Amino acid sequence: MIIINGDSKQGKFVVENLILIPGRSSKQGTTLNQGKLKDAYKEVTTTLEMNQDDMDRMKLVDGDEVRLKNETGETKVRCLGKKPEDLPAGTAFIPYGPPSSELMASDTAGCGMPLSKHMIVEIEKILS
Amino acid sequence: MSENIKIIKDATCTFCGCVCDDMELHVDVEEKRIVKAKKACVLGKAWFLEHTIEDAPAAMIDGKEVSIEEAIEEAAQTLVKAKFPITYGLSDTTSEAQREAVAITDYIKGNIDTTTSVCHGPSGLAFQGIGESTSTLGEVKNRADLVIYWGGNPAESHPRHFGRYAVTPKGMFTPGGKKDRTIVLVDVRKTKSSPVADILIKPKLGKDFEVLWALRALVKGKKLADNIEEITGVPLETLEDLAERMKNCKFGVLFFGMGLTMTRGRHFNSGALLALATDLNEFTHFVAKPVRGHGNVTGADNVVSWQTGYPFGVNFSRGYPRFNPGEFTTVDTLANGHADAALIVASDPASNFPKKAIDHLKSIPVVALDTKRTETTKDAHVAFKTSTYGINTTGTVYRMDDVPITLRPAFESPFPDDESILTGIKKRVQELMIAKHQATGASGEAKVAAAFTPL
Amino acid sequence: MAASMRIINGRVYDPTNNIDGEVKEICIKDGKIVDSVTDDATVIDAQGMVIMPGAVDIHCHIAGTKVNASRKLQPEDHRHDVHPGTPFTRSGTGGTVPSTFATGYRYATLGYTTAMEAAATPIGARHTLEEFHDTPVIDKGFYVLLANNIFLQQLLRDNRTEEFDNALAWWINATKAYTVKLVNPGGDEPWKGKKNSNVADIDEKNDEGLSPRQIIEAFITSVDKQGFPKPPHIHCNNLGHSGNYTTTLETMKTAGDMRVHLAHIQFHSYGGELGKNPTSKAKEIIEYVNEHSNITCDVGQVMFGKATIMTADAPLAYVLKGHTKGKWINADTECESGCGIVPFNYQEHIFIHTLQWAIGLELFLMSKDPWRVLLSTDHPNGGSFMSYPKLIKLLMDKSFRREEMKRVNQSALDQCSLRDLEREYTLNEIAIITRAGPAKVLGLKNKGHLGVGADADITIYDEMEDKEMMFNAPRYVIKSGHTIISNHEFVTDFTGKLLHIEPEYDNKIEEVIKPFFESYYSIEFSNYAVNDDYLHDHEVIPSGKV
Repeated sequence: MIIINGDSKQGKFVVENLILIPGRSSKQGTTLNQGKLKDAYKEVTTTLEMNQDDMDRMKLVDGDEVRLKNETGETKVRCLGKKPEDLPAGTAFIPYGPPSSELMASDTAGCGMPLSKHMIVEIEKILS
Repeated sequence: MSENIKIIKDATCTFCGCVCDDMELHVDVEEKRIVKAKKACVLGKAWFLEHTIEDAPAAMIDGKEVSIEEAIEEAAQTLVKAKFPITYGLSDTTSEAQREAVAITDYIKGNIDTTTSVCHGPSGLAFQGIGESTSTLGEVKNRADLVIYWGGNPAESHPRHFGRYAVTPKGMFTPGGKKDRTIVLVDVRKTKSSPVADILIKPKLGKDFEVLWALRALVKGKKLADNIEEITGVPLETLEDLAERMKNCKFGVLFFGMGLTMTRGRHFNSGALLALATDLNEFTHFVAKPVRGHGNVTGADNVVSWQTGYPFGVNFSRGYPRFNPGEFTTVDTLANGHADAALIVASDPASNFPKKAIDHLKSIPVVALDTKRTETTKDAHVAFKTSTYGINTTGTVYRMDDVPITLRPAFESPFPDDESILTGIKKRVQELMIAKHQATGASGEAKVAAAFTPL
Repeated sequence: MAASMRIINGRVYDPTNNIDGEVKEICIKDGKIVDSVTDDATVIDAQGMVIMPGAVDIHCHIAGTKVNASRKLQPEDHRHDVHPGTPFTRSGTGGTVPSTFATGYRYATLGYTTAMEAAATPIGARHTLEEFHDTPVIDKGFYVLLANNIFLQQLLRDNRTEEFDNALAWWINATKAYTVKLVNPGGDEPWKGKKNSNVADIDEKNDEGLSPRQIIEAFITSVDKQGFPKPPHIHCNNLGHSGNYTTTLETMKTAGDMRVHLAHIQFHSYGGELGKNPTSKAKEIIEYVNEHSNITCDVGQVMFGKATIMTADAPLAYVLKGHTKGKWINADTECESGCGIVPFNYQEHIFIHTLQWAIGLELFLMSKDPWRVLLSTDHPNGGSFMSYPKLIKLLMDKSFRREEMKRVNQSALDQCSLRDLEREYTLNEIAIITRAGPAKVLGLKNKGHLGVGADADITIYDEMEDKEMMFNAPRYVIKSGHTIISNHEFVTDFTGKLLHIEPEYDNKIEEVIKPFFESYYSIEFSNYAVNDDYLHDHEVIPSGKV
């Protein structure tokens, strides 16, 4: 895991690499029935579940806005802590939606499916 | 709520691949909405209760309301004009509509692919290499004494899978329900499904293939490397215990989800799992089954297969079906920039495809059919708003185990169904293609074609 | 297009009406054969041609769950054999398991206008019917798998005969089937529930005290009593196993003097010891068939080359997987059926494959009654239906047969009598085993012949010395009065219809079936029976004792 600590004009920031696992959740499933352009769906698909220890180390609290970034693109989401035993350190979960698409590489390696459950992304706290 | 409530028994929920057909729907006939969906899970309730009739145009061209006839004409012209038209989606509509979509694509010599390619496509590829020992879900309910879920979270994605089919129901040879079964869950993270498991196995991230291969070795009586735990994150004793349980059960089943197919290894993972289930038949009866996502994605696989011979990723540009995943699959046709028009049916690639594919999709004319406004329909050149299958229209849906079920609609929609729009496009496309054929070919065959309209 | 037509100057083979190669005029109006038509009718001059009724395939696997699984399984089988579309016909792919459209068009290109899918699960009936609707030109129907149906077996165990009869009729109605199919009766339960074992003997009793023989007898008796137009279609126990001919003989004896049809009898005519190389018992089997007019069969000829084993006999497919060591599908259907699929290749140099080929030919050549020993390859189990023309040549041309015999495993030929058989089928006999015979066994009074009132399903071949070439490419194919193929070219598309039966039953039986269903099926009882929306064009063939 790469950890870069440094200073910016706004203050101290932390950049780490995470393995992002997009997937389904029942809330994603129920809100998409209301409509994918509605607020409820947008909220679900912009919520990033993280290992609480990772969050503590990065000085993140629930609801903090973070930037996820990789070679494909970047997106902003809000984070939510999960018990360390429920989500392994160094991984994060997000319900499928437009934000996960921003980060998904299009190469399918000849099988038709992008590698969409094992995406390496940089996470960075957005300082307000 | 009005007093005019109609009750529909044994209706079918098409939200996920479980396709539960025991719904009791209470329909407010005047308000045209379902007010109660008995037996539905949380996803099913949302599916039934949120599908109300919205006031919106049935057909639009470039965002402006038009008649359905005008929209069909423009859709047909758009598709016929294109050099590399693609059809995509299909998993959330009836097989009757799916059949029409394949027909359109055949006539326009286009490219057809379904959401399977970004779901269990890799399992489809593994299936072609290995085959599959499988069964309908009722056989699992009646017989399975060992149930393994691998890389899936049914409690959230398929909430009734446990209760209706595989864990708690009492069957012919499993009269005690859950008491008569051992439930194993293999997943890298703890999920809402975890509490159901008797045995929880947590491999290292991206090490599913190694775990499956180790189990194959154990089943065949081979010795494993001492550092197997270091490699896989699973202790040797756990693997040995599971291998023994698998060999000694009476009827075992391996359900697998996208935690296996979408992660490192993809079709190799599915292949390893299918091979493991196959191997186990040397010792006992063992089956495997991908847990399919969308309501009728299994129907899409079936329809595309019976019409073309291949399950997805099919191209007709040479006048006959060719199959090449990685080339004719939709993420590829879009990301490579090949597609120059798209017919999207009941799917929303603009909100869940890789960014590069979405960017290309937004740059080409799209004909889209959906029950709701989505990222895909909102920028479509021609957009149809259609009625919802299983709520407003009948038709056939294939459950994840290939069992076909007829839908019982709850109330009428003012919007047409996918099938009728697609039939309209098909007829027009065929006329245009025959005209095109005559103009270019002018052969005897073409004259014959003109003389005999299709029956 | 369905106007009137007159076919003149052709030599007509219509065995049902005792017409054996006479030049005769055939008139068509509104899809039927008629006495005469008015002068404005379209005329086809069939000078130098042979006119036969459209052919009828009594046993093939062309639609439904297992067929589609086989398609999905074998992309390699489709790639080398594409089927281009035209602006008015659909494209597809071929191989041993063609796509639905290719299946319909290809049957038509051989002069077939009717084909019966020989094994569909009840719960998969909708699937079969949906595929049928996408299978053009030919009329079609299917036989529904009921011999391993647990509920029906429970009724038998408890001697509830009347309810058994009603339940059988209910299932036929609920699925829109044509008749009942029995596959390895009693073999599913040991396979699914007893660690992949099988039933070995026709008199072996299961846990419920029921033997395959009792199941077979019950179905034959019930169908006889109810007067289905087609008797039960039986795939005997022990298919493919050395020494199985005794099981086959016992199965036939079980019928007494009631009608029964044995499917792909070639696969059931083996002597020898279980687990060792088979010997030919074609003579013993065909002699029994020859002497018993209540028995009909189709041969299930093996043709060299690629095949796909697809069967409700799951234990058999697993045995074959042990030989091929390749991909394999097993698919259990709850409470009703099993299924196995294995891609296969029959090779001339292999002893067993040659013996199977030879036994099939022996059965054909020693048959005394072509009306009862019918042509099939159990498509695609013994080979594709596309090899029928070659099979016809093997039967009609002994010099060709001799040439082919030079290419095969000689020690297999040493084991059988094929070298001594000089018989050559006549065109009239071919018309019987591919047309008149199957139609008669099916009870299809309007098919398989060209008498007044028959369906105008007609094939016109150029008469040629090379019978394979002749039967490979009819010059005209007329279906229900529509010219589908004219001068070897498709000129229109046509859907064809479903053939099914609707035997009467007491609907109180639903209340008897329902509780079992609610306990052990995974779909709701009310969603099980297929509704009429799936019928499209269809014809109900009457049942009931005459």
